[in-house]
Amino acid sequence: MTAVDDRPDTAADGPAPEIGKARKRKEDAHLITGRTTWTDNMVLPGMVHIAILRSPMAHARITAVDVSAALERPGVLAAYTGRDFAEIQGNIPCAWPVTPDMVNPGHPSLAVDQVNHVGEAVAVVVARDKTAAQDALEAIDVDYEQLPVVLDMERALAPDADLVHGHTESNRSFTWIFESGGAGTGEPIQEVLDQAEVTLSRRFLQQRLIPAFMEPRSTVVQPDGEGFVMWSATQVPHILRTMLALTLNVPEHKVRVIAPDVGGGFGGKLQVTPEEVITALVARKLGKPAKYTESRSESLMSAHHGRDQIQDITITARRDGTVTGLDVHLYADMGAYLRLVSPGVPVLGAFMFNSIYKFAAYRFVCEGVFTTKTPTDAYRGAGRPEATFAIERIMDELAVELGIDRMELRRKNWIKHEEFPFTTVCGLTYDSGNYEAATDRALELFGWDDLVAEQAERRSRKDPVQLGLGISTFTEMCGLAPSRVLGSLSYAAGGWENATIRMLATGKVEVVTGTSPHGQGHETAWSQIVADQLGVPFEDVEVIHGDTQSSPRGLDSYGSRSLVVGGIAVVNAAQKVVAKARRLAAHLLEASEDDLDFANGSFTVKGAPGNSKSMAELAFAVFSAHDLPEGMEPSLDADATFDPENFSFPHGTHLCAIEVDTETGFSTIRRYVCVDDIGEVINPLIVEGQVHGGLAQGIAQALYEEAVYDDEGNLTTGSFVDYLLPSAADLPNFVTDRTVSRSTTNPLGVKGVGEAGTIASTPAVVNAVVDALRPWGITDVQMPCTPERVWRAITQGAEKSERDPGGTVAWGGASTSSSDGSSASEGDQL
Amino acid sequence: MTRVNVTVDGTAYTDEVEPRLLLVHYLREQLGKVGTVVGCDTSNCGACTVLMDGLSVKSCSVLAVQADGTSVTTVEGLSGPDGALHPVQQAFHDKHALQCGFCTPGMMLAACDLLRDNPDPSEDEVREGIEGNLCRCTGYQNIVAAVQAAGQAMRAGTDGSAAPAVQASA
Repeated sequence: MTAVDDRPDTAADGPAPEIGKARKRKEDAHLITGRTTWTDNMVLPGMVHIAILRSPMAHARITAVDVSAALERPGVLAAYTGRDFAEIQGNIPCAWPVTPDMVNPGHPSLAVDQVNHVGEAVAVVVARDKTAAQDALEAIDVDYEQLPVVLDMERALAPDADLVHGHTESNRSFTWIFESGGAGTGEPIQEVLDQAEVTLSRRFLQQRLIPAFMEPRSTVVQPDGEGFVMWSATQVPHILRTMLALTLNVPEHKVRVIAPDVGGGFGGKLQVTPEEVITALVARKLGKPAKYTESRSESLMSAHHGRDQIQDITITARRDGTVTGLDVHLYADMGAYLRLVSPGVPVLGAFMFNSIYKFAAYRFVCEGVFTTKTPTDAYRGAGRPEATFAIERIMDELAVELGIDRMELRRKNWIKHEEFPFTTVCGLTYDSGNYEAATDRALELFGWDDLVAEQAERRSRKDPVQLGLGISTFTEMCGLAPSRVLGSLSYAAGGWENATIRMLATGKVEVVTGTSPHGQGHETAWSQIVADQLGVPFEDVEVIHGDTQSSPRGLDSYGSRSLVVGGIAVVNAAQKVVAKARRLAAHLLEASEDDLDFANGSFTVKGAPGNSKSMAELAFAVFSAHDLPEGMEPSLDADATFDPENFSFPHGTHLCAIEVDTETGFSTIRRYVCVDDIGEVINPLIVEGQVHGGLAQGIAQALYEEAVYDDEGNLTTGSFVDYLLPSAADLPNFVTDRTVSRSTTNPLGVKGVGEAGTIASTPAVVNAVVDALRPWGITDVQMPCTPERVWRAITQGAEKSERDPGGTVAWGGASTSSSDGSSASEGDQL
Repeated sequence: MTRVNVTVDGTAYTDEVEPRLLLVHYLREQLGKVGTVVGCDTSNCGACTVLMDGLSVKSCSVLAVQADGTSVTTVEGLSGPDGALHPVQQAFHDKHALQCGFCTPGMMLAACDLLRDNPDPSEDEVREGIEGNLCRCTGYQNIVAAVQAAGQAMRAGTDGSAAPAVQASA
């Protein structure tokens, strides 16, 4: 698509609407000139610097910590152990107790008696500069008494398993269950399973990933009376403020949190971190401003990870291809502790495994498991990529099993356009969608038929470079979230969002938002929304965010919620401003409010076009307050809090063609087409960027990224040398387009786009890899589909296919061999 | 401590530095040039890229003492003296080649060196040329477009005034 809109700025009857324009971003000016305010740039008078000693052991008792030698080092002001903070540090909060009996073992910020993952904070040095603090870490003496590591989720649940936390009964945190018969949203799953004509089961592995935002986390704390001011590289300044107040027992009104420029998050900065708590404790103990900035290797070890599930999926169908039941059993690795929403992440996926398909019955069972690894929590998509991967992968497997074309199987089972609104087997009501339109457009852009012909030709001549074609017809739920739904899922907070609009005397406008952007472009997009609503120039709108003092109410940015919740709050606030302005205009124009038209920022008396008042004039009239309607307060400002009635449901069709060199196992994306339906678009330039970035992260899960632990629980991918973020040379040029099915549950008709690319792309790519390898009898390749794994799949598959034409699951690498044993043979009930 | 004389963004500095001090820390902590950032500790990400005598270097992989006698250009010195954006800055803005903006300074300076070496790169040449700079937000597509657009603008000489800012000036 063309990224830049070349429509003229003005039309005959006034300016063109701002919504829909590819406005270049307001945010860019300071970012491209280096006038940035990253937290680590912050320098305060008298500021001290913190370095953290981290555990080299995955699981050990701390028998002694001696910091005395560190205190002798030049420039060192203080050093602390967990014992020093034990009574005041509280626990890192978990806001999502998914079941009443969920086990939360507690999460000290600085380890006191025991370490439970490599990279856990053990001691702290404070010095006059960062180098002195880091140098002194080596002088700290820690005695560890090693404990057995707990790495494999299934073994961790065995009755005789070693325990991560000695004071718990098992390594199970929770078991969360949904069943459509019991919930009244569908038929009982067991009946459908028992009566199935075709049953197919697969095990898929969601590898552990690391969000790997580009800006390492950084925190500065300035003590202030009985409270403090914190600057932090966070996505969630508002949540952080409330949680810090509760955790540290400081009155909430004495805590101010500021998120200045924040360099990416992707869920990774949706957290209350041990490092934030430690920095606050140090600053308050010393009565001096303190800064902590992590190194990249610290970030990869100690900032929360994402994904890491074992997915056992059973799908049932009639022989004609009609799907009937879906039975999902997950093991979700929590890591060593529960962080802010760790347990909620896999549970969010519960509502998305059925995806766009009409199942009669559904069951979802998720077991949260503790291991001696870094805690997991939100990472772009958070529960929904896992679900989308599983359903889109098994739909391909079912198609092969039944001998039905993959796309035909999907068409046969998806919700038809005329069936919307549609209530799914797990009880969500999808308001709008058009899977047919998005798919048809994607197939056309992709050149599907030509690529199918090329694939057949390459197969027939046994070309060493084979072509695979992959499909992902996905949906997701965005706009976290209706507060009543969050309440029913036992989440501690709500899902509303707040906005305030202030009309300044000169007609300029300030928009205060509770969303907290860190790359998404809210300043630009919110300006466009307000420009249309108030009829003021785009340039006249200033968006204020990211400081709990200037933007006091909000629930921040995650879960593709900012536009569909926060943007609607902006609309509602603007409409209140207009209503107030209308009353004033009627007074000044000596007309009835009903006789006024509002267009292009002016109220005009119907039939008297010369008789008008602009928003700027009204703003000044309110400022001077000389002549107001009786009883009207001198303000046009308005505040709105919006709680959505439903999620929104973007969808789309993603197609991937991949060339697999069967001699080296190397995969190269040849063509990637996606047609996303995200409802109405505020700014196509920003939307394109969100889609591109999302695709990159989803493709990276399919082909490149994995957090790997060795047998002793060491993270062996603890730097960017080993954790493979794709570079420009690793990714293709994406072909993107959109269809538009307006959301019917919000006035802008928008759905959210932040996570779509990530959610949709992973199965499209893996389906393509597997498709290329079908002639070898291969039915799965574990992610990431590295050259080694693909080569092993081909080698083992080729050997095995002579004995077992039913196929094989090739999971390369020793680290996962223990999970083997549930490959695909259940489909033989045909 | 070792004395270094270095020109950064047109200003001459003389400082005593520890021999182990990295150029990026010298820029950020001693000169206050915080537009240049640190993204990793293994020279993989390229966020700290600056130009040293016109050639791109990862300033986390150069000692401050190695910069002695050189002229360094950071993102803060990329614009013209009148504030006019460099063609690379303009193109990054025009093509939406940044989201969070953390990789952007390094990415733009790597692009400057790439375009100095190859004023008219193909898409593949841009992708190879910026391989040493990681971006987590954009998926690179708009960055590639921006680099090519900047090359076109620089070839057309539409903004000759800003171009000398990236040349060696010491």
